[in-house]
Amino acid sequence: MDGFRYLDGVATLRLADAACIGCGRCEEVCPHGIFAVAEGKARILDRDACMECGACAMNCPTKAISVTPGVGCAAAIMNGWLSGSKPSCGCGG
Amino acid sequence: MNGGCCAPPTSKTVPCCGGGSLPMTVIRYEDSYVDGQVETPAGPVPRVHSRIESRDLLGRWKVRWGIGRDRYRVRPGLYALGAPDGNAPVLVTANYKLTFDIVRSVGAGLDAWILVLDTRGINVWCAAGEGTFGTEEVIRRVAEARLSQVVVHRRLILPQLGAPGVAAHEVRKACGFSVVYGPVRARDIRSFLEAGMTASPAMRRVVFPTMDRLVLTPVEITGSLRPAGWAAVGLFLLAGVGPGVFSLGAAWERGFTAVAALAAGILAGAVVTPVLLPWLPGRAFSVKGGLSGVVLAACAVLWQRGSLHTPAALALLLAMTAVSSFVAMNFTGATPFTSPSGVEKEMRRALPVQAGMTVLAGLLWVGGAFLR
Repeated sequence: MDGFRYLDGVATLRLADAACIGCGRCEEVCPHGIFAVAEGKARILDRDACMECGACAMNCPTKAISVTPGVGCAAAIMNGWLSGSKPSCGCGG
Repeated sequence: MNGGCCAPPTSKTVPCCGGGSLPMTVIRYEDSYVDGQVETPAGPVPRVHSRIESRDLLGRWKVRWGIGRDRYRVRPGLYALGAPDGNAPVLVTANYKLTFDIVRSVGAGLDAWILVLDTRGINVWCAAGEGTFGTEEVIRRVAEARLSQVVVHRRLILPQLGAPGVAAHEVRKACGFSVVYGPVRARDIRSFLEAGMTASPAMRRVVFPTMDRLVLTPVEITGSLRPAGWAAVGLFLLAGVGPGVFSLGAAWERGFTAVAALAAGILAGAVVTPVLLPWLPGRAFSVKGGLSGVVLAACAVLWQRGSLHTPAALALLLAMTAVSSFVAMNFTGATPFTSPSGVEKEMRRALPVQAGMTVLAGLLWVGGAFLR
């Protein structure tokens, strides 16, 4: 994403090569163009650009992709720490 | 095949075939966007127009300032745009009125069906993250609207940003409709349809232009009003502490300066930082926010240098930087490129620094009163 990058080396995105059937759904749904399919297999082009939205893992028919999706807002994470539960926030923008 | 429309009924799905009478659809004309109805084999479907009227604009403005956003909803279900027939595309969207308005306005001149999911008035992306724009809701609405009787094809066009909540292969398995992910932005729907339902790489990427960042800032401000109000009360009380134990005059005079600094810090974090986001150095939002805060604070201190003692000036610099840094960190939730893992890592590092700066600012502020 031009002009924007967040912290490196934190994304939880993983792709299990053996399970990938190269269907291309991940390439279709990723809003940051992280995947590319070539020769029947998907590849991660830029893991650090991942925002962990979970679209790829959700739409992978063979569960080849794993990522820990969540809410990326500080208030939600703080609520989660304080209440000891999953981060949550009401957002509507 | 007409698809697996007869999936085993569960508490969450509604069987759409195999008996039962046609649904009694009541067209609600009090909804200002409904101006007629279209007859279908599954009963009448309300028809929406594509005009954006002054009340829609007022509603949009109120939502941007956080007024009644949870109530800004459209009744879920199937709607007709233009004069769609059995071959017309089906666009799936959220029942957040702002989103619905965009879809019907960009669809001016199109003949299409709009299937509105119940996302409790939340936009597509957030709702997908929360799971309300989700696989089960799609399946349920397709069945409830008897979509398999309304259209002859078996295809749904979902917004790409709904993908975190919807498993396309599960939808197909459960109701026979295949999912095509449309463009990220509703304004590309027309080009997407004209290109035979293919999205160009540019249509598939999220971008975050200045205007998009700017429209998100009012809600950042209104969101910080309540904690800021309490902080202001605390600052007025703190400002009165001095050699004479407590002075109402000092509370007013010094309190006013402190609250102005708080307001400036919030402004730096909630407006200046989001707008200047791509140009502020650093990756962490707390760093970007801290920088806008310290620059703004330095200007304020220089401007007021005649009336400020060194400890008070230092306190203002530290406090405004900390407030701006903290508020800017919260903007991570509104951006389309920060990851939860990253935000958590940033917070673990930034919070102790912000807290330390605030405590130090408080000590300097109160201590300064005794040195005067």
